[in-house]
Amino acid sequence: MRLIGFLLMPALLGACGGDREKTVLEFWAMGQEGEVVQSLMPEFERLHPELQVKVQQIPWSAAHEKLLTAYAGDAMPDVFQLGNTWIPEFVVLKAVDSLDNRLTAQQREDYFEGIIETNEIDGRLHGLPWYVDTRLLFYRTDILVKAGFSAPPKTWNEWLAAMAAIAALPGGDRYALLLPMNEWQVPVILALQMGSELLRDEARFGNFRSDAFRQAFRFYLDIFRRGYAPAVSEAQIANLYQEFASGYFAMYVTGPWNIVEFEHRLPKSMQGRWATAPMPAPDESYPGVSLAGGASLAIARSSSRKDQAWKLIEFLSEPEQQLAFYRLTGDLPARRSAWLHPDLATAARTQAFKTQLERVVSTPKIPEWERIASKIAHHTEKAVRGELTEEQALAALDKDVDRILEKRRWLLRKRAP
Amino acid sequence: MKTPLLPANTAFWFLAPALILIVVFFFLPVAASLLLSFTDFDIYALGDHERLRFVALDNYLRLLGDPLFWTALKNTLYFVLVGGPLSVAVSLGAALLVNHRLVRFKGLFRSLLFLPVVTTLVAIAVVWRYLYHPRYGFLNYLLGLLGLDTVDWLGDPDWAMPAIILMAIWKNFGFNMIIFIAGLQSIPVRLYEAAVIDGASTWRQFRHITLPMLAPTFVFVTVITMIGYFQLFAEPYVMTQGGPANSTLSVALLMFQEGFRWWNLGYAAAVAFTLFLIILTGTVLQLRLRRREI
Repeated sequence: MRLIGFLLMPALLGACGGDREKTVLEFWAMGQEGEVVQSLMPEFERLHPELQVKVQQIPWSAAHEKLLTAYAGDAMPDVFQLGNTWIPEFVVLKAVDSLDNRLTAQQREDYFEGIIETNEIDGRLHGLPWYVDTRLLFYRTDILVKAGFSAPPKTWNEWLAAMAAIAALPGGDRYALLLPMNEWQVPVILALQMGSELLRDEARFGNFRSDAFRQAFRFYLDIFRRGYAPAVSEAQIANLYQEFASGYFAMYVTGPWNIVEFEHRLPKSMQGRWATAPMPAPDESYPGVSLAGGASLAIARSSSRKDQAWKLIEFLSEPEQQLAFYRLTGDLPARRSAWLHPDLATAARTQAFKTQLERVVSTPKIPEWERIASKIAHHTEKAVRGELTEEQALAALDKDVDRILEKRRWLLRKRAP
Repeated sequence: MKTPLLPANTAFWFLAPALILIVVFFFLPVAASLLLSFTDFDIYALGDHERLRFVALDNYLRLLGDPLFWTALKNTLYFVLVGGPLSVAVSLGAALLVNHRLVRFKGLFRSLLFLPVVTTLVAIAVVWRYLYHPRYGFLNYLLGLLGLDTVDWLGDPDWAMPAIILMAIWKNFGFNMIIFIAGLQSIPVRLYEAAVIDGASTWRQFRHITLPMLAPTFVFVTVITMIGYFQLFAEPYVMTQGGPANSTLSVALLMFQEGFRWWNLGYAAAVAFTLFLIILTGTVLQLRLRRREI
C-alpha cells in the first residue's frame, strides 16, 4: 500500500496549477540542474511572453522510475532532461520525439561529435545534449614529480611506469591509483580504448572474451595485482578528498563534477598540487578515448506543444545560456562555441576535458545497457577480489549478458523476414 | 453477537459493496500480477504489447539462480531474525515499564513512546540520517565522547543493516507496546497476589505468571512483526537505496528495483509471489510451533 502512495503522489501534484492566458510548458529536470535551471526561466519567459515554464525538480535517484511511470500513466511533461544512456529505452517506448527536422546542420556541427552521437539511434536524433561529462585522470602533480614524471602519462606503458615509481616511493600506506572496484566505467573505458565492441552481432551477444576486451581486462586487473591500486569499493573510501590530500592515492579517474568538489574540499595548501589530464592511450594515439556521458533534453511524443517545447530547448542550448549554466552548476557545455569564452578557455583543469571530449565514444545504444554495465561492475569486482579467475569472470559475464539480451535477439529475429 | 443471524440473502446484499471493492481493488490486481509473473513483461512490452511472451515458470527458475535474490533474502532474514526479536523484546520491556504500578503519568509516557509509530517514515529518515552522519552525527559524537572509534553508519556494508534495524525498532516498537500493555492489563491481579503470598520473587512472577498469560499476545505480536519485517522496504529505500554493496537490499526493495528501475514487471511479480510464499511458510511454521508450546 505504501508503494502505491509513492507512485500516486507525483501524479496528484502534477495535476494542479496553470495559467489561462499563457501556454504552460511542463519541464522536468533532475537534481541540482533542476533547481538551478529555474533561475534561467525568467529570461526565457521575457523573450517568449506567450509561454510560461513550470519546472519540476526530480531527484536523480528517482528520475528514471518517475519518467517510466509517467510514460505508463500517460502523464509525460512536454520537455524533460534524461541521462544520455537512457535514450535508447525511451526510443524503444516511442516516448520521445525526433529532433531531425528541428536542429540545423550548422547547429549540429557545434556539438562534440561523440556526445551528439549518443543521442542518435538508427540514424535519427532523439535528444539534444544539454551538458556533457566524461572521465579522465585527476592526479597529484607533486607526487608525480617526486616519482620522476614531470608530465602526466600518455600511454599505458608510461602509466604503468609512473604507477610503479609512485608505489616505490617511501611513505608507507600509499597507492598510485584509486579504482573503486565496483565501478564499471574504467574497465569499459580501457576496453573501448582497445577497440573492443563490448557486444557482438548487432548487440545480440556479449563479446567479453574477445581479445580486445580480455587485454583491457588484464591490464585493469594487473593494476590491482601489482598493488598499484587498493582493492576497495566506493563505499569503503570514507573521505575521498582527505585521502587524496594525504597522498593515499595519487591518481583517480573521475568526472567534471569533481573539479568543483576538489577545489572546495581540498585544503588550501593542496590547491597548486593537482591537475587533470586526458586518458592515456594503449598506443601512441594520445589521448585515449573515454566515455561520452552527460544529459540531454528531449520532447515527449505525447506533448501537444512540441514547437513551444523546442523553443525552450533551443534557448537552453544557446552558448550564452550554456555558459550561464556552467557558472551556476559547473556542468560542462555541450557546444564547442561556449568553450571559447575566457571563463572556460583559461581554466586549465577544465580544458583537459575539452581535449578529452573530442575523443569520446558511446557505450552500446540499447535499452539493456545499464543492466549490462551493472553486471560488468559485479563480475569485475569478483575478479579483483580473486573470487573468480580472469577467464571465469569473463565467461560468467558473457553468460549473464547473453541472458539479458535474450529478448533483444527474439525481437530482432521476429523483425527479420 | 447474541442476536439471531439475518437470512443469508440479506446479509449478502449488505456485504456486497465491501466485497466488490475487495474483489476489484485486491483480488483482481493480485490475480493479474500472478499472471504477470508467468510473462516476460518488460520495457519492450510496455511500448508494444506484441512483444509480450508467456514464459511459464521461467521467471521463478531464474530467480532461484539469481545471486542478487539470495543476497536480498539473506539481508531480509538478517533483518527479520535480529530485528524482529529485538523489537518484540523492546516492546515488552517498554510495556512492563509503562505499566508498572510505580510509574506516574502513564498516559503521557504511552503517548510519547507511541509517537514514532504515527510519524511519517520519510521525516524520521531525514532526522536519522543526521544522527548517523559520519562526521556531524550525534551517534558518532557520543562514541567520540566515550573514546571509541566512529562508525560510518550508512556507508559501511557491515554497519548499514544494524543502523536500519536500530531505526526500524525505534520507529515501530510503540505499536507492539500498546498491544502488550493491553495483554498485561488483562492478567488478573489475584494471580500476583497469590504468588506474593507464596513468596515468589519478582522474576519468578514474571517468568511463571506474566509470560504464560501473555502467550496469546506473544503469538499475535511475533506473527504481525514477522510479516511486517519481511516486507522491509521503505527504510532502506529512503536511507540507503539498498547500498552500500547491496548490504541493505531487501526482497521487497529488489522487487521494486526490478519492477520500477529496470521495468521487468514479469520478474518483479515473480519476486513478489516468492516473498508471499516465504511469509506464508514463516507464519504457518510459527503458529505450529506456538500451538505446540501452549
